[in-house]
Amino acid sequence: MSTLRYRKGSIFRSLVSRARTERAVSMPDVIPGTRLRGSLQLRHVDAGSCNGCEVEIASAFAPTYDAAQFGARLVASPRHADGVLVTGVVTRNMAGALVRTLDALPRPAVVVACGDCAVSGGIFRDAYGVAGALDSFVDVDVRIPGCPPHPEAITQALRSLSGR
Amino acid sequence: MTNVGSSLVYAIIASILQVALVALGGPLLMGLMAKVRARAEGRVGAPIHQPLRDLRKLMGKEGLRAHHSSAVLAVVPLVVLGSTTLAVAISPLVTTHPLLSASADLFVIVYLLLTGSVAMALAGLDTGTAFGGMGSSRAITIGALAEPALLVAVIALSIQARTSNLPAIVADTITHPVWTSTPTRLLALVALVIVVIAETGRLPVDNPNTHLELTMIHEAMTLEYAGSDLGLVTLGAAMRLGLLFALLMNLFVPWGVATGSSILWLLGAVVFLVLKTSLLAVVVSLIEVHSAKLRLFRVPELLAGGFVLAVLAVITQLAAR
Amino acid sequence: MVLFLAGLGCCVLGLVAAMVFSVERRVVVASLSGSLGCLLTFVAASHVLISGHVSSFHSSLVLPLSGVSLTLDPLGALFVAMTSFVGVATLVYYVGYAKNELRSRTALSLLLLFLIALLTVPAASSVVTLMFSWELMALSSMLLIMVEQRRHAEARVAAQWYGAMTQLGAVSILLGLLLLSLKSGQTFADIRAHVAAMSPTLRSFAFVLTLIGFASKAGAVPFHVWLPKAHPEAPSPVSALMSSAMVAMGAYGIVRVGNDLLGGGALWWWIIVVALGVVSALFGALHAVTSVDLKRLLAYSTIDILGLVLIGVGCSGALAATGHPGDAHLALIGALLLVVAHASFKGCLFLGAGAVERATGSRSLDQLGGLIRRIPITTALFGIGALSIVAVPAFSGFSSEWLLLQGLLHGFVDKSSPTLIVLLVGVVALALTGGLTAVAFVKAIGIGFLGQARSTGAASAHEVPRAMQIGMGILCIPCVVLGVAPGLVIPLVSRAANAGTANVASRSLESGIGLTLDHVRGAIEPMLLLAGFLLFVALISGVKSLLRRPARKVGAWRGGGGQPTARMQYTATSYAEPLQRVFSDVLRPEIDVEVTHAVESHYYEQSLSYEIRVDDAVERLAYQPVIRTLTRVGLAARRLQNGSVHRYLAFGFIALLIVLVVLA
Repeated sequence: MSTLRYRKGSIFRSLVSRARTERAVSMPDVIPGTRLRGSLQLRHVDAGSCNGCEVEIASAFAPTYDAAQFGARLVASPRHADGVLVTGVVTRNMAGALVRTLDALPRPAVVVACGDCAVSGGIFRDAYGVAGALDSFVDVDVRIPGCPPHPEAITQALRSLSGR
Repeated sequence: MTNVGSSLVYAIIASILQVALVALGGPLLMGLMAKVRARAEGRVGAPIHQPLRDLRKLMGKEGLRAHHSSAVLAVVPLVVLGSTTLAVAISPLVTTHPLLSASADLFVIVYLLLTGSVAMALAGLDTGTAFGGMGSSRAITIGALAEPALLVAVIALSIQARTSNLPAIVADTITHPVWTSTPTRLLALVALVIVVIAETGRLPVDNPNTHLELTMIHEAMTLEYAGSDLGLVTLGAAMRLGLLFALLMNLFVPWGVATGSSILWLLGAVVFLVLKTSLLAVVVSLIEVHSAKLRLFRVPELLAGGFVLAVLAVITQLAAR
Repeated sequence: MVLFLAGLGCCVLGLVAAMVFSVERRVVVASLSGSLGCLLTFVAASHVLISGHVSSFHSSLVLPLSGVSLTLDPLGALFVAMTSFVGVATLVYYVGYAKNELRSRTALSLLLLFLIALLTVPAASSVVTLMFSWELMALSSMLLIMVEQRRHAEARVAAQWYGAMTQLGAVSILLGLLLLSLKSGQTFADIRAHVAAMSPTLRSFAFVLTLIGFASKAGAVPFHVWLPKAHPEAPSPVSALMSSAMVAMGAYGIVRVGNDLLGGGALWWWIIVVALGVVSALFGALHAVTSVDLKRLLAYSTIDILGLVLIGVGCSGALAATGHPGDAHLALIGALLLVVAHASFKGCLFLGAGAVERATGSRSLDQLGGLIRRIPITTALFGIGALSIVAVPAFSGFSSEWLLLQGLLHGFVDKSSPTLIVLLVGVVALALTGGLTAVAFVKAIGIGFLGQARSTGAASAHEVPRAMQIGMGILCIPCVVLGVAPGLVIPLVSRAANAGTANVASRSLESGIGLTLDHVRGAIEPMLLLAGFLLFVALISGVKSLLRRPARKVGAWRGGGGQPTARMQYTATSYAEPLQRVFSDVLRPEIDVEVTHAVESHYYEQSLSYEIRVDDAVERLAYQPVIRTLTRVGLAARRLQNGSVHRYLAFGFIALLIVLVVLA
């Protein structure tokens, strides 16, 4: 967890170039979960998801998996959050909102990509309305692969961040 | 002289103890209520000390200031927390002799809490966003309607005790246990429970867990706060909850509050207070689980009901004499 | 007394100076001379309040036939001191404020005349002197409202309403006082001496007649209609004087006649006073919440606070009438302290509103916003006034309302049910208005001074001249002093209240720095509370500065959208909409919705206009029908006068016939 590093100087350039650097999936244990010490608030941003991931996130917070018991919570404002939980490939319409959300996060902040679309663009990566995968905008700290990811995987990723 | 000196030292110790107790206990009460709610919903839920963890983390994060915001945004968290802390320090929570107990008038406490609400409402308007204005407008409306019910219920208690001094009311209730079962007390109790639920932003008046801006009341005013500012505002809200719960219990079940000046008694009073407020927290959260949020324009009806009960409390007290 | 007369003399000198000097010097000289006069009267009045020494003056030179009688007793001195304090602040402010018409001879001399009248009313000790200065006060203020009438057409309408209401009130007061002085001389001492011999019916008549006049001056509903028109339209220094000093004279009159001249009275008198107070307090508070015009908001809140004062005065009278002089005294002290506190904070707020109007060119809250960054000093001073009126502890509103509440609370020892009901209703009204006042002033500050500018005027506002800031600052001093150390002023107010009650009170206040009630348990020490609060704030900010990293500037959060614009903010109307909806039965807002449908299909709307107006329901329902009837009668009467000489001769002939028949 460190200062957010934007990939491109301006959102427009990134929209135009759409260049992506493939990076190794950062391992959860790289993140110093001790910083958060059992308190993880995330702002969820749907950057262009098919809502499959949303259903799974909802399940992760439902009684069966109950991610809340590990100190994780979704909050209403990025100001209150320790990071973003991004689902879906970044569409042109949501790119601005995503960048503004990242801007509104108090530092230090984490970026979590939830689902294949957010991680790599998934099946939509070359579609006409797509601005790019999440990591063409910002360094991603935690990737949760899967289409959609299993609630257990989401819970696991959140636990790795909260350290509980 | 030594007597005065030792009672002053005792008062200072008691006040510090109260502030520490509420500063820790307020967030813990919130955690307890979340836990009860989670259990009732079949979840494990976050640990009871989760709010304290959240606060510890928030205090270490950077704050954010919106363009167009003024010094008001920065000062409000201090005012909210400062006024609540002062109210906690002088209220009879574990003893009837805290610092400034002569000034611990019920009206002083009510207006200190009002000061916090006014400050928060101003913070909501400071950034000039629609959400902040909406939350501010709603919160101050509900506050304005809860205020008369609160004041009249408080007046009912004051007429019974022939004083509006809070420690004196608590002490007198301990010596006159019959008071607790008079119709005045019971009516005022119901009125105050309604007011406390409204003032602390619990269901059915406000949903503290909502993520949807359009349904927010208190949360909407804090949308602009981050990091340590948010920590102070959250702690202020938690302490307000702790204070109101503790006062409610001490006014209606005053036993356990230290009336003498022994340190052991103080510690015993802490245990009693923790038990009493936890019980209230469990009851309130069970009510929450089983109630849906009221539509905004039904809330005034609820508060008007509380107001009428409070007026009835005064009338029964006047008729009883 | 010599000092007081010298003070009045200085004001007269200022008046002359206003006539003589050139336009550049006129304002400064007149204001200096007037301020000096006010300072002298302030010292004179303070001396009377501190020593309790009553002094009188009589001269038959000034008014033919009756002469002028002035007496400074503690009750009058309290109001003189209050008026002169506000007077100094207003005159200093005026130097910075005066522009165009306000620099004219007329405006300046009228202002000083108004001030002289305001100072003489509470010092007057005969019916003629009182009525003379009362009329002087009414007429000079009416003309002052019209000073800027060339540019504000509404000012003319406001002055008409004010003139009509104040003259009707004066007639009522005059009738009442004449009834009182029928059997005795016209000086107050004579009336006091003979009042015991008067029949109760006559006394009641006199009280009710004067009450109507004084209540109308105090802006009590339903006699208030002039107030929300006149206060906003008058130039701000004049509104400040009207609201803080002139309106208070209504309360003064009720105490003077009811408590002092008549020596208390029947319970039902005071029940009427409380009823007027309750209705005014609630009505004023609700309208203040929904007002969009800043000065109109302040005007309605004047009605609200004066309503609370009437509740205090009425409850005090009721308690005295049922044999509880101690509690009566306490309630009266609370009411008088509230009058004094109101003078300081409302004066400051009206001057602040004037500064805002000068800085931005508008006084509609929906045109303001963001002023805290453009005019921080004015904002801070206005804020102190607002904190006082909201009754934040350690500000003047809190100590006075606390005292009033204690007076009512301990009055519940009485056993008679009418008194209990009066007290209960009073307490409930006090509780209801508390929260509403907070909403009104959070709205005034939050919409007017915080957020983003809603107009170019607000965006380019510049700080007002130093003199205006000093004027406001002077009035902020009592806001803080009365709040932090009420004990300094309470003995003086207590003495004034003593002069107002016939039998000397048994219950007094111990006055250290804080307030401690005798015989009952009740105390506040605002200074210690403030010290505790500041200590905690210092501790918290100390801890925070140890922990915190510097705050970063970012755009306001708008759910991911771009920068919010000023038009997206809540307006004054929308801010108050929830409460306006809750109280729609009382406020009776008029809502017009106009929908224009598209030509192509009825399902599409081309334009939609929504208009909401919260008018004064009392004016609409009670006054407009009377005015309509009077206009109709007037139009009908015009038919009598058609210009034909023959007809007029016929009228004369018929009248002569009737007279002859009657005499025969």
